[in-house]
Amino acid sequence: MVRRAHGRAPLVAEGVFRVVALTCAAFVLVVMAGLFVVLLVRSHLSIHRFGWGFLWSDAWDPVRDHFGAASSIFGTVASTAIAMVIAVPLSLVIALFLVEIAPPRLARELLAGIPSIIYGMWGLFVLAPLMATHVQPAMQKVFGTFPLFSGPPMGIGVLTAGLVLALMVLPFITAVARDVFALVPPVMKEAGYGLGATTWEVTRKVTIGYGMKGLVGGVFLGLGRAIGETMAVTFVIGNDHRIAASLFASGNSIASTLANEFTEASEPVYLSALVELGLILFVVTLVIQVLAQLWLNRLGRLAGNRS
Amino acid sequence: MNGAVKVVSALAAALGLGFLAWILFVVLRHGAAALNWTFLTSLPSPPGGSGGGLGNAILGTAIITVLACALGVPVGLLAGVYLAEYGRGTRFATVVRFLANVMMGIPSIIIGLFVYAILVLPTGHFSGWAGGVALALLVLPVVARTTEDMLALVPNALRESALALGSPHWRATLQILFRASRAGLLTGVLLAVARVSGETAPLLFTALNSPYWPRSLSGPTANLTVTIFNYAMSPYPAWQQAAWGASFIITIGVLALTVVSRALARERK
Repeated sequence: MVRRAHGRAPLVAEGVFRVVALTCAAFVLVVMAGLFVVLLVRSHLSIHRFGWGFLWSDAWDPVRDHFGAASSIFGTVASTAIAMVIAVPLSLVIALFLVEIAPPRLARELLAGIPSIIYGMWGLFVLAPLMATHVQPAMQKVFGTFPLFSGPPMGIGVLTAGLVLALMVLPFITAVARDVFALVPPVMKEAGYGLGATTWEVTRKVTIGYGMKGLVGGVFLGLGRAIGETMAVTFVIGNDHRIAASLFASGNSIASTLANEFTEASEPVYLSALVELGLILFVVTLVIQVLAQLWLNRLGRLAGNRS
Repeated sequence: MNGAVKVVSALAAALGLGFLAWILFVVLRHGAAALNWTFLTSLPSPPGGSGGGLGNAILGTAIITVLACALGVPVGLLAGVYLAEYGRGTRFATVVRFLANVMMGIPSIIIGLFVYAILVLPTGHFSGWAGGVALALLVLPVVARTTEDMLALVPNALRESALALGSPHWRATLQILFRASRAGLLTGVLLAVARVSGETAPLLFTALNSPYWPRSLSGPTANLTVTIFNYAMSPYPAWQQAAWGASFIITIGVLALTVVSRALARERK
């Protein structure tokens, strides 16, 4: 009897440990499913009331309880687009520098490690005044009355938000691009050098050729980050529910609307509309992340290191 | 052509570094001006007043971060153990790994919204607990993935010798494999902590903020990041100054954690 109990104890411990570990792993699944379900349930009121029209209505009137997501979606798309146009080419070039010429690391990680609220502080108190007094007037002088650059140069607005976002996603896209470039088999590059090619020729014909697909994954990861970035954008975008043609005008993004208005929303419909904004953001980033992960996984397999 | 490209690449990298230096410089300069002993130890001044400090927010941030680790790190470690040791190659593990990667990319404000819905609404009030849970959900996938990667680096021979000596798998994992990958695990945990300690968005609707000392975690709890947000948006110069001071503390804290974790990672190699 005693012997049997003694012999079984380790098995019980092993079983318990295994089940606990399994539960912890399953917890990830539960949270992801829970996120979707909870957001869906909590935005029910708004979905029921406004239907699909919520997506393209630009109304935002807490007094009369009428809400639409269009202005928030517009600001999110505009600021993200500006960020990507600036950050993608720049990070591509930096990644080439990191992988071909200089040793990588610490600076990039520090840049990625700075909390987003610090970017917000810098954007609001340093970049925005600079934009208002120097950059935006200069742009107006160069481009004239082009509607994209019209209106008073206030410093804060969609353009400034895009610039701060660009700075924030730069390290992420650079990191992925660098890793992808580093996946290029050394033999390929050495063969290039052996044929008498210069660093640039090897880069252009071998590294970029090999790494182009990985870049797409990196760009998607950066995109996912930029779309959901909250604090940095909230500080500088101006927080105004409107859709303006000018990049200098203030606007809002889904995340900034949530950050600003959520704790003030007292009416159930108001709260529900805000949660529905969150649901839209969640679904969009989910799709972007899933695509990016699938794409990068596939590349990893092609390169032969299963992960 | 070759030279030109080298110059352009180096310039782009220098540009990125330049912005980093600029941001750090601004934070250090404005922040240092705000710092003194009172700032670190006393309660905030009323709106428009001067003097006062953010002692309560510093303490609150520390408490919430520790809570997030206490909740998120063990679950993350065990999930990583499952992925690396028990579930390797199974479909379930592949799905969990994939979702953990995806979860790392979900905007942190969405996590805040989620925790608001499951903890703040049912209990009827904002709380430090909710803030800790929100940050724990951000810690979880990072720690799980790092743990898995670090355990996968441990040579199989070590695992097999432990098992061959009759050690049960759980004991081999905790006592042999964890010890072998200690530095890597610690790096992962520290990076996760660094990441969440500077987070603002998940705390906005969970811990909220408070002008008082954190007495209990079941009410709104003061913290540095939400304080920065509130103060920076306020019209009072004294509060904006205090926001810089808080930015200074957060930045130094996060960067120190990042550097330490990197140093650990290098030691391992």
